[in-house]
Amino acid sequence: MNRSLKVRLFVNYLMLGLTGLCTLITLSALFFILGYLVAHGIGSLNWSFFTRLPAPVGEAGGGMANAIVGSGKALLLATLIGIPIGFLGGVYLAEYGNPAASFVIRYVTDLLNGVPSIIIGVVVWGLVVQRMGHFSTFAGGVALGIMMIPISVRSTEEFLHAVPHSLREAASALGAPKWKGLVTVVVPAAIRGIISGTMLDLARVAGETAPLLFTALGNQFWSNGWNEPTATLPVMIYTYAISAYDDWHRQAWAAGFVLLTVVLMVNIIARMTMARGIHIPR
Amino acid sequence: MATTPVVNEGALPPGRAQSFVRRLQAGEELAYLVTATAAATIFLITALILYELFSQSAVSRHTLGWSFLFTSTWDPVAGNFGALPFIYGTVVTSVLALLIAIPLGVGAAIFLAEMAPMGISNALTFLIELLAAVPSVIYGLLGIFVLIPILQRSVVPALKSVLGGLPIFHGTFYGVSVFSAGIVLAVMIVPFIISVSREVLLSVPNDQREGSLALGSTKWQTTWKVVVPFASTGITGSIFLALARALGETMAVTMVIGNTPQIKASLLAPGNSIASVIASQFAEATGDLYVSSLIELGLVLFGVTFVLNGLARIMIMTTGRKGAH
Repeated sequence: MNRSLKVRLFVNYLMLGLTGLCTLITLSALFFILGYLVAHGIGSLNWSFFTRLPAPVGEAGGGMANAIVGSGKALLLATLIGIPIGFLGGVYLAEYGNPAASFVIRYVTDLLNGVPSIIIGVVVWGLVVQRMGHFSTFAGGVALGIMMIPISVRSTEEFLHAVPHSLREAASALGAPKWKGLVTVVVPAAIRGIISGTMLDLARVAGETAPLLFTALGNQFWSNGWNEPTATLPVMIYTYAISAYDDWHRQAWAAGFVLLTVVLMVNIIARMTMARGIHIPR
Repeated sequence: MATTPVVNEGALPPGRAQSFVRRLQAGEELAYLVTATAAATIFLITALILYELFSQSAVSRHTLGWSFLFTSTWDPVAGNFGALPFIYGTVVTSVLALLIAIPLGVGAAIFLAEMAPMGISNALTFLIELLAAVPSVIYGLLGIFVLIPILQRSVVPALKSVLGGLPIFHGTFYGVSVFSAGIVLAVMIVPFIISVSREVLLSVPNDQREGSLALGSTKWQTTWKVVVPFASTGITGSIFLALARALGETMAVTMVIGNTPQIKASLLAPGNSIASVIASQFAEATGDLYVSSLIELGLVLFGVTFVLNGLARIMIMTTGRKGAH
């Protein structure tokens, strides 16, 4: 330590200042994204965006009503597939698993979480689209459902672990078998966290595009039932953004604005609910 | 969690009570079975993904063999399938993204974990995690209509005037390029590096900091010479996680990379990546070999991200444990 104190202090403030600058740069990206989408999105947004079908090329106006409904349907199906598996898997990890099995499942869940979403799309194409012979809302829902599992598992496990042990012991002391204690005491105590986790999970897959490209495909018209290809909001943004038409670009901005607003709102609400922690029933 | 006391069967009165308890214990078995099935399903789904990729890429693997990975011509019409341009594009965009994102992300994580008061740190982390929630197609949209014009107008001319002599900045810039893709990726992965690294830094025990400060180090010396080295495995893990994400990122890259299967020394030239060639060509691919070679590309990507994620998790876990005692 033969440098003078002055130099050391100078380096100290310089580097600490730089780390602050890094934070500032990153955060400004967020505000830049928000600002830009609001500025461009609101101008392009009107009521017919929510109520009309896409207009043919060259015709102004039109909306993305079919894509909004399509996204909704695919997400509903995804929730029905992903959340039960994820929730029950999380309960297994938190309550039943032996150390070795839990380690394996936890590890595999993390790996599944890291599988690129385009790969999920390709695999579901092979498993569902190829077998059924056509693209469909169903295939899109399956792809998104698989993507929902890992986060659901981990958030369920985490919130069950956060429930105080005394609650489980109290249930056991009253003679309740473990499963009954779980159903009536432990899960209700953690339910707020688990639901917030589910909402975050939904917000994440709501913006996924890659897994839908060759499962739900796309559709300029309404899609009936579950067996037809369907338009979805993220895929529409992609298709319209890379097109060559100004009208379509405007629609892409409007759709981007709607998608981002929904995703961020759900995120904020879910994270705030989660931050309030475990709710102990009285 | 086998430590929770369950009803002891041996101590039960005979008769009706016992059969009632039996039924409940049957419920216990059922609960175990249902949750274990769900857990096993997760395992099976992951195995199924691997199996699907493997079996669906059989045609390509058998026809093209290992040379698939080292051939640089991709011409589906002529029946030439070489993966090299895509592997190259994936690696270059990801490395570029890491070069930008690591200093930015680790710096911000240090600020949030070591400098900022807890309340402010939590609030800022909340905002940064929102950045991670922005869908990738939105990053692509902004990449096309905002980032590329900015790069064209000011950044690239400036770079060319200073570093124009370097081969990586040669050639005409059309907007869509490996360079643009790398920058979009950097913005996308910074939040992951920040939030995981911050957690890791926060798990460094306080006596490490106190020991260093007591020796007369400044705050920065403490952070850089003691805290960061202590957390280095975990920070490396966070970088691996971010890298895995960058390698597999599809939409944003597809929208700005130009989708041209070529290997050019210049970063300003258009290129292509594994994920984006699948995204842009899979739906219209015809012929077994074409489809199968795209799926083999998927298999390669899956393998690489699988290994990276696996390593990253172990690294992050190790640091967590080191701080635990």
